[in-house]
Amino acid sequence: MYKIVSKKSLNATVTQMEIEAPLVANKAKPGQFIILRVDEEGERIPLTVAGTDPEKGTVKIIFQIVGGTTEKLNHKAEGECLQDFVGPLGVATHTEGIKKVCIVGGGVGCAIAMPVAQEFHRLGANVTSIIGFRSKDILILEDEFKACSDKLYVMTDDGSYGQHGNVTVPLKEMLENGETFDEIITIGPLIMMKFVVATAKPYNIPVTVSMNPIMIDGTGMCGGCRLTLNQDGKKVTKFACVDGPDFNGYEVDFDEAMSRNRMYMDFERHAYEEACNLFKKEA
Amino acid sequence: MAIIPNKHEMPTQEPSVRAHNFSEVALGYTAEIAVEEAQRCLNCKNQPCVSGCPVNIHIPEFIAQVKEGNFEEAYKIISTTSSLPAVCGRVCPQESQCESKCTLGIKFEPVGIGRLERFVADYHNENNKEQPPVPAPNGHKVAIVGSGPSGLTCAGDLAKKGYKVTVYEALHTAGGVLVYGIPEFRLPKKIVAKEVETLKALGVDVETNVVIGKTLTIDELFEMGYEAVFVGSGAGLPRFMNIPGEAYKGVYSANEFLTRSNLMKAYKEDPVTPIMKGGKVAVVGGGNVAMDAARTALRLGAEKVYIVYRRSMEELPARKEEVEHAKEEGIDFRLLNNPVEILGYNNPDDPRDPKNGFVTGIKCVKMELGEPDASGRRRPVEIKGSEFVLDVDAVIMSIGTSPNPLIKNTTKGLDVNDHGGIIVNEDGLTSRDAVYAGGDAVTGAATVISAMGAGKLAAKSIDEYLSKR
Repeated sequence: MYKIVSKKSLNATVTQMEIEAPLVANKAKPGQFIILRVDEEGERIPLTVAGTDPEKGTVKIIFQIVGGTTEKLNHKAEGECLQDFVGPLGVATHTEGIKKVCIVGGGVGCAIAMPVAQEFHRLGANVTSIIGFRSKDILILEDEFKACSDKLYVMTDDGSYGQHGNVTVPLKEMLENGETFDEIITIGPLIMMKFVVATAKPYNIPVTVSMNPIMIDGTGMCGGCRLTLNQDGKKVTKFACVDGPDFNGYEVDFDEAMSRNRMYMDFERHAYEEACNLFKKEA
Repeated sequence: MAIIPNKHEMPTQEPSVRAHNFSEVALGYTAEIAVEEAQRCLNCKNQPCVSGCPVNIHIPEFIAQVKEGNFEEAYKIISTTSSLPAVCGRVCPQESQCESKCTLGIKFEPVGIGRLERFVADYHNENNKEQPPVPAPNGHKVAIVGSGPSGLTCAGDLAKKGYKVTVYEALHTAGGVLVYGIPEFRLPKKIVAKEVETLKALGVDVETNVVIGKTLTIDELFEMGYEAVFVGSGAGLPRFMNIPGEAYKGVYSANEFLTRSNLMKAYKEDPVTPIMKGGKVAVVGGGNVAMDAARTALRLGAEKVYIVYRRSMEELPARKEEVEHAKEEGIDFRLLNNPVEILGYNNPDDPRDPKNGFVTGIKCVKMELGEPDASGRRRPVEIKGSEFVLDVDAVIMSIGTSPNPLIKNTTKGLDVNDHGGIIVNEDGLTSRDAVYAGGDAVTGAATVISAMGAGKLAAKSIDEYLSKR
C-alpha cells in the first residue's frame, strides 16, 4: 500500500498529493508517469509525475477531478493509502543539448510542465514559460514557474488574470519578433498542443508534445495508448506508454488522438456522476 | 475387461446458457467419472505420455493412484514436477502433448490425462487444508521477473529446493497471462490465486507493481543480492495489420480487450473500467487468444461475433476443443477472409457528431490456398475483386505480439534475435552471466505449458549454477 503523505488543493478541481513510493521516487525523471489504483476494485489511471523527493521516498502527483476515479482519489485523506502505485513509466523528457527552451503548459498540463521547466532550470538552460488557464480561479503553480523561469507569461482565456488570450499569443509574438528556441515543449489539452505546433511550424523550431491517451497496463502490453505518427509520408503506429509520452509534435496525428480520447466519454460521465452521488449520500 | 473406446465426456455448461455468463464452461469430472477414466489407462512400461509432457509429469503413476481413489497421493505425484496442476489441467493442449502419445490413442481415444489432472488438482484444492512443509533455506537468493506461467514454475521449483525467491510483477495482480489474458470461463481467477498462494506458502515473495526495466533494472537486482535472475516477462506489444482504419474507436488489440475484461473485471455489472459491450464484433485471427476474445465478446452481450481468419479451418491454430466450444456457442467462422480496411463513421456536416470515428464495418477480401509457405502451411492468396464488407461495431485484432523492449533496453549485454526475443542456450541461459530467460519473452507467443517447461529448465540450470558456488 502506498501512503498519502500530504494533500493540498491547488484549486477547486485540482489536487496535489505526495505519495510514499520509494522505488519510484528513486527513479522517476521529468516527463515520466505512474499508474495508480485507488482501491481494490479500482481502475488503473496514468498520472504524470509532478516531482519527487528521493530522500523522503515520495512522489508528487497533481490531478484534475474529471471522472469517477479522480473523484474517489480526491476523497482520500492524508495518511490514507492507495492500493497500487507503479512506475516510473514512459521515457523521460530529453534535455540533452537544449540551452534555450520554451515550455508551454495549459491547465492541469502545467503540473506536468512544471518539473520539466524545473529540470531545464537546474541544468542551466534559459527557460521561457507560458502557462495558460481558462480564468484566474483555476490558476495553479504560478510561484513555482516564476522560480524556475527566466521569463514567464501567464495567460487567461477570459483576461481575468495575467494577459488576455491563449498560450499561442505570446509564443507567436516572440517568434515574430525573431526570438528563437532550441526546442518548444508543450503539455496540455490536445487542441492546445496542436495549435502550439501550428504556431511554431513556420519557424522550424522543434516541438515536443506530451501525449495523454487512454491507457491500461502502461507497460507495453495492451496497445490501447497507440497513436499515429506521420514520418516522412509514412504512417507509423507508436505506443505512448513505452515509446512516449513525449513525441515530435510535427509527426503526431492530433485529430485521431482527440477522437480516440473521446471513446468512453459517455461511460466516464456516468461513472463521475455515480461517484459524486455516492459521496453525496455518504456526506 | 473390455476397453472403453472413448474418453469419459467432460460435463459442461449448456452452450445456450454459458454464452451469457462468465462461469467456467467445463465443470470437471466427478470422483466416480475420474476413477472410471483412470481405469482406461494401460499403465504402459515405456510411458510414452510422459515424453509428451513439457514438464514430465509422472502420468501413469498419478493415474494409478486415481484408479485406487487415492486422490491426495495422486496430487503429490503431480506436484513433484508441476507447480500449477489446476491451471495445466485446464489450458494445456493435451491433444498435441501427453494424450497424443497415449498407446490407447492408437486404436481408440487416448486417456483423458488433462481432465484427470484437473480433477486431482481441484480435489486437492478443495479438500486439503495442510500447508506444504517449508523447505530448509539453502541461503541463495533468486529473482524472477514476471509472475506468469514460466515465472511461477521457476519460482516453485527453486523454492522447493530451499532458494529464497522473489517474483516481481509489473501489474497489480500476480499470474501474468493467466490473469489478464485467459478468461474466467476457461480459467477461474480464484484457481490462479490459489496456485499463487501455494507458492507463497513455500516461502516465495511476490512483489506486485514493480516493472523490471523501469522501477528496478536487472543489474540492480544483482546489487540487491540476488545471485541469479530468471526473465519470464512474457510477450509484449500487440501487432496490428497496418491497414487503414485501425485507429477508429472500437478497434482493440486482443490484449487490450481481454485485459479490460479479465484483469480489470469490465465483464462485471457496473464496472469501473469501460469496455464496448453488445453490437457486432469481428475478431481477426485464429489462435487461442482469438477464441478467448470472441467468446468474451459474446458473453459481454454481442449479438453477432465473427472470427475472421485468412486461412482455412485446417490451418487454424487454436485448440480443437476451444474451436468446438466457440462454434457451439454460435461464433460465426469466416474462414479464408482477410481484412483489408476497417471502416468508420464520419459525418462531414457535423464534426461534433458523437458517432464520428467509431467503427462501422470491416472490409475483407476472400482468399484461396496456394503453395505451402515457410511454416509448412498453405499460403493464402487473394481472390481479386472479391472484397466485401461485414457490418460490425468493434474489431479485435488477435494476430500476435512482438516482444516488450523494456528489459532489452535497460540490460547491457543481453542479446536478442531479429524479432526481439531474448536469446538463450539449451540451459535457458542468456548472453548475460546468471541471467536466464524463458516463455514468450524468448519464443514469442506460445502456450502456457511450453512457458512452464522453460521455467522448469531454467530452475534446474539455476540450481546447478548456484550449487557450484
